[in-house]
Amino acid sequence: MIWNEKMECMDLEDLKNIQSERLKDIAEYVYQNNPVYKKKFDAAGIKPWEIKSIDDIKKLPFTVKEDLRDNYPFGLFSVQPKNLAEIHVSSGTTGNPTVVGYTKEDLKLWGEVMARAFCCAGAVPHDLIQIAYGYGLFTGGLGAHYGAMEMGLVIIPASSGQTKRQLKIMNDFKPRILACTPSYAMYMAEEAKELGLKPRDSSWKIGVFGAEPWSEAMRKEIENTWNMLATDIYGLSEIIGPGVAQECTHKTGLHLFSDVFYPEIIDPKTGHQVKEGNKGELVITTLTKRGIPLIRYRTRDIVSIKYEKCKCGRTSPRISKISGRTDDMIIVRGINVFPSQIEHVLLGIEGTLPHYQLIVDRRANELDELEVWVEVDQKIFSDEIKQLRAFEDKIKKEIDSVLGVYVKVKLVEPKTIARSEGKAKRVVDKRVL
Amino acid sequence: MKLTQISIFLENRKGRLFDVCSLLGKNKVNIRALTVAESEQFGILRIVVDKPEATAALLKKHGFVASLTDIVAVEVADKPGGLADILKVLSVSDINVEYMYGFVERKSDKAILVFRFDEPDKAIVLLKKKKIKVIGRKEIGDL
Repeated sequence: MIWNEKMECMDLEDLKNIQSERLKDIAEYVYQNNPVYKKKFDAAGIKPWEIKSIDDIKKLPFTVKEDLRDNYPFGLFSVQPKNLAEIHVSSGTTGNPTVVGYTKEDLKLWGEVMARAFCCAGAVPHDLIQIAYGYGLFTGGLGAHYGAMEMGLVIIPASSGQTKRQLKIMNDFKPRILACTPSYAMYMAEEAKELGLKPRDSSWKIGVFGAEPWSEAMRKEIENTWNMLATDIYGLSEIIGPGVAQECTHKTGLHLFSDVFYPEIIDPKTGHQVKEGNKGELVITTLTKRGIPLIRYRTRDIVSIKYEKCKCGRTSPRISKISGRTDDMIIVRGINVFPSQIEHVLLGIEGTLPHYQLIVDRRANELDELEVWVEVDQKIFSDEIKQLRAFEDKIKKEIDSVLGVYVKVKLVEPKTIARSEGKAKRVVDKRVL
Repeated sequence: MKLTQISIFLENRKGRLFDVCSLLGKNKVNIRALTVAESEQFGILRIVVDKPEATAALLKKHGFVASLTDIVAVEVADKPGGLADILKVLSVSDINVEYMYGFVERKSDKAILVFRFDEPDKAIVLLKKKKIKVIGRKEIGDL
């Protein structure tokens, strides 16, 4: 079924009219309510009333992650904090986290787009859904929750972790839908086999997997192992959280709900839109959000887009799976990690920055693992094992408290980390995505 | 009377111990005593040589991380209870042994133990009082 047939299957001309109206409205709204945007618009020499249609969007200035960070915590919001209904936080690049807020209407919107997403994946009202995304400041768990509530699913708010209990819930309650990260779905299969369960006999028939990049090969593996349909969901907290785009059962791209999130694909270097079908950076404008509406937000995710109508009947454009990033961000077990964050922690511990490297790996049927290699120099070195172990532990704890991600620390000899032109390559991603 | 030990950081990687030893061999450094402390990921090689400062400089020049540590070498009678006698002196005076290792002197077959104490100077005074032979730098070169 299609949750919002009117908006999702709308004639493209009508859709464009709605987008144009909404853009005019949101441009005016942020100009009036947010001093940062007013300044940005003025600097770009554009007044909101000069926006006549959605095609004028390219006259508007971009918004980048640094804008959120520089205006921490509420500087980019267009409402007073007291008028928000909910606040979510993700870790920031060098200290300040990224804060997003939702008004009551925004939460309604979040529920709406997530309901569309679940329907898109094949859910129908009264299905049982096991939500194994983390609940809390991370947007995954609660976003899925609001969507499931909106469309009348029966929610099992399992949150992440406690795999044995997840499997018992699946085995005893027989939910038809599973929502979690794709690597967690793989991991649970291993655990299930160890417990003597047969993953192919599981009750899960539809998976809504996201919050981290994954490949077609991994999809096949999940589908074969669990005997389920594995669909991809896309989102980012800055835009709303999960629910920006979702694959339908045909699995030919992720339907982006463009009546509320307007997509552009640009060349990250020039900022100009690329030809349809070409890869580029996804830029999104939130057309109806009220708490923290963002104009032309640079997601740094690289995708391509196609506008042809899908076999499922939806006219919403489809983006490809994320094929990379324009920055050095890596996603580990659903958590965004920038090398600069690790750098910040190491600098804080040592006073000077040791040479370091991040190794990301995903062994078969395991969760992502992040290893931090630190070169031991004269200053760090101690004659005693316990001192060096304490140094490792300190790095682990600091990273965990700042980023909320568990890492392994490996002390290595000087010059172990390859350098090119004197600069070390900070990230080695060994995952087959 | 303190001796100087060289500690070298080694990754748990094939051939690293060999690399150190062959570098020392090529430069005619004789290793008097050696021990390796290890964790899963890395190890610390501790060696006693006749010219510790020059040897440490040589190692650093070749990219190893090395540091110098004060240790105390003690001659132990090679008979039952020999080590216990020494440890007793230390334990009644509350001196902590961080780690220790031993080797055998080739001329007299006497056992020599190398200690890393938290208070090496105090330990030396106590040991000498009890007529326990503490080995100096000259003697280590002669062994």
